[in-house]
Amino acid sequence: MKLRLKLYATLGDYLPSGVRGHETTLDIGPETTVQQVIDRLGIPEEQAHLVLVDGVYVEPQARSSRVLREGEVLAIWPPVAGG
Amino acid sequence: MSWAGKILRVNLNAGTVTPEPLNMEWAMQYLGQRGLATKYLVEETDPKVDPLSPDNKLIMATGPLTGTMASTGGRYSVITKGPLTGAIACSNSGGFFGAELKHAGWDMIIFEGRSPKPVYLYVEDDHAELIPADEIWGKSVWETDQILHEKHADPLIRIAAVGRAAEKGCLYAAIVNDLHRAAGRSGVGTVMASKQVKAVVVRGTKGISNIRDPEAFEEVTEAAKKVLAENAVTGEGLPKYGTQVLMNVINEIGAMPTRNMRDVQFEGASKISGEAMYEPRESDGKPNLVTNGACFGCTIACGRISTIDPTHFTIKDKPQYRHASGGLEYEAAWALGSDEGIDDLDALTYANFLCNEDGLDPISFGATVAAAMELYEMGVITREDTGGIELKFGNAEALARCAELTARGEGFGQVLGLGSKRLCEKYGHPDLSMTVKGQEFPAYDPRGIQGMGLAYATSNRGACHLRGYSVASEVLGIPYKTDPLVTEGKAELVKAFQDATGAVDSSGLCVFTTFAWTLEDIAPQIDAACEGNWTPEKLQEVGERVWNLERKYNIEAGITGKYDTLPKRLLKEAAKTGPAKGMANRLDEMLPEYYSLRGWTPDGVPTPETLQRLGV
Repeated sequence: MKLRLKLYATLGDYLPSGVRGHETTLDIGPETTVQQVIDRLGIPEEQAHLVLVDGVYVEPQARSSRVLREGEVLAIWPPVAGG
Repeated sequence: MSWAGKILRVNLNAGTVTPEPLNMEWAMQYLGQRGLATKYLVEETDPKVDPLSPDNKLIMATGPLTGTMASTGGRYSVITKGPLTGAIACSNSGGFFGAELKHAGWDMIIFEGRSPKPVYLYVEDDHAELIPADEIWGKSVWETDQILHEKHADPLIRIAAVGRAAEKGCLYAAIVNDLHRAAGRSGVGTVMASKQVKAVVVRGTKGISNIRDPEAFEEVTEAAKKVLAENAVTGEGLPKYGTQVLMNVINEIGAMPTRNMRDVQFEGASKISGEAMYEPRESDGKPNLVTNGACFGCTIACGRISTIDPTHFTIKDKPQYRHASGGLEYEAAWALGSDEGIDDLDALTYANFLCNEDGLDPISFGATVAAAMELYEMGVITREDTGGIELKFGNAEALARCAELTARGEGFGQVLGLGSKRLCEKYGHPDLSMTVKGQEFPAYDPRGIQGMGLAYATSNRGACHLRGYSVASEVLGIPYKTDPLVTEGKAELVKAFQDATGAVDSSGLCVFTTFAWTLEDIAPQIDAACEGNWTPEKLQEVGERVWNLERKYNIEAGITGKYDTLPKRLLKEAAKTGPAKGMANRLDEMLPEYYSLRGWTPDGVPTPETLQRLGV
């Protein structure tokens, strides 16, 4: 199953080697959760601050139960702000 | 006390400059900067005054912590009645000018009347004088800065100036200090130019010598700096990526105003983002971003300093723009980029340079160009109107040309200088102006961030993100995460942000500190510096007092509750994509509760009880 993955700001370092830019496609198995992808990439918990699936925020306590579906976009940021 | 205790009153009719004591009774109620200057404006002017008449006043005001060692303590604000909105205008700027003014021994400068001839104000500590501005009138901000630095032969002077746009009557002209920091919004530069004041030059050698409890102040400001340094946003995110890190965030959640807010997501967002500013370009292998930068006393350093690709069409024949300068910040990148459907980072950087060079608010400028682009694509504005510019969405060359013309007040740039509201009215389509109270929207579509709809609608200076930044909670989870697509609880949230911001804007500190600080961090710093027993609760009350005073002024100016609304597009046309797909802004679910929480009537008028409680 294909997942579009976007890692922004300083999280770009956690993209699989060889990926240019901030986006790639990941092969994931069925029933893979958001938290499993975060763990697979090695992103520290405190750095996975803003976690969105198709633009919708996934709360920390829901990340272990939120199963990813074919074609969804998972985007993650560390703590950021602007104005 | 860390107020200087002194105001410089500049009577432009008579050509006099007169010191007078700061009203300390008012300072105890309104703190400084935004709040205190608003109090002076309210007491000294008729709210119905024509903003561009001599009877309007323009106040440059510092806060009690401006110029101190508190982190970000370099802010000043410009308060006047705004020509773009007819409402109160209050624009806040960083850089070094505000601290220099304070170090010269002044809390505020009040300009009144109109000079018979162009002048600039020169201040060196206690000495102040008006000097003929013949050699700088008609020049850009950047030229003015260079000429005045050479003339006064002092590299340490700090200069705030208006550019050609303001002189030519552009209604959203900014006052630019230190070359690329600006009191940007609502046309405060237009008012300054209408008074025939080209620039304010300041040199201050006095420093700050009246901190109430210097030892305590050092202790609490150091502790507060540690909080900023250890916070992931202010210690790492903002210095590294600046405000521009939001480009991809806001696009991803479906709240990126695109093509005059027809769309809520921009396909080219990643190409103009904070991350893109780090990408090496093909021509010289260098990235757009040169470094980050800090204003006076700031330990965050969110500013962007950038260059344009020397081979880019905008500057390949203009070597004068091949230096590093300020930007892009997120607001400029959005307004010059996604709102015009343009993903050319260098073109945006060029247009932003021109906004700094000649003092244009890039938000209002960009949003006005976007409205003109929509009208052009509808066939309402023609190529004849534009002087041959093919004003289509996505046309970077058109953007560059519009920036050149508007900066100089030439050709179609004079029409663009009217702002979106007047431009859309002129061409018979007022509904296509994406404005509140005549001021253009910033970078958050309120269909995808519901609370911002309320923040925009009720902002005292027209559409603005810096009056109540509920984005912090609704999107970024600061101080806690709320759902951006619901309206429940947003009235209370927006009010809390508005009041806290009113206090911070009156202190001399930067509102970006509040990504890490609360009023619990800020109050001890003010209290150690100033008489008055400043507590978080007292500061919250100051913010509420400022908000109500601004509101009262607006109502007396004719800007009543009926203007607390959003353009039809945002209330009726649903978002087409993203999480908010199918959704418009539901302002009607939030506004009555907001009025009630504020202690206002159902029509949005502060009740006598509310005004009495706050001492307004």
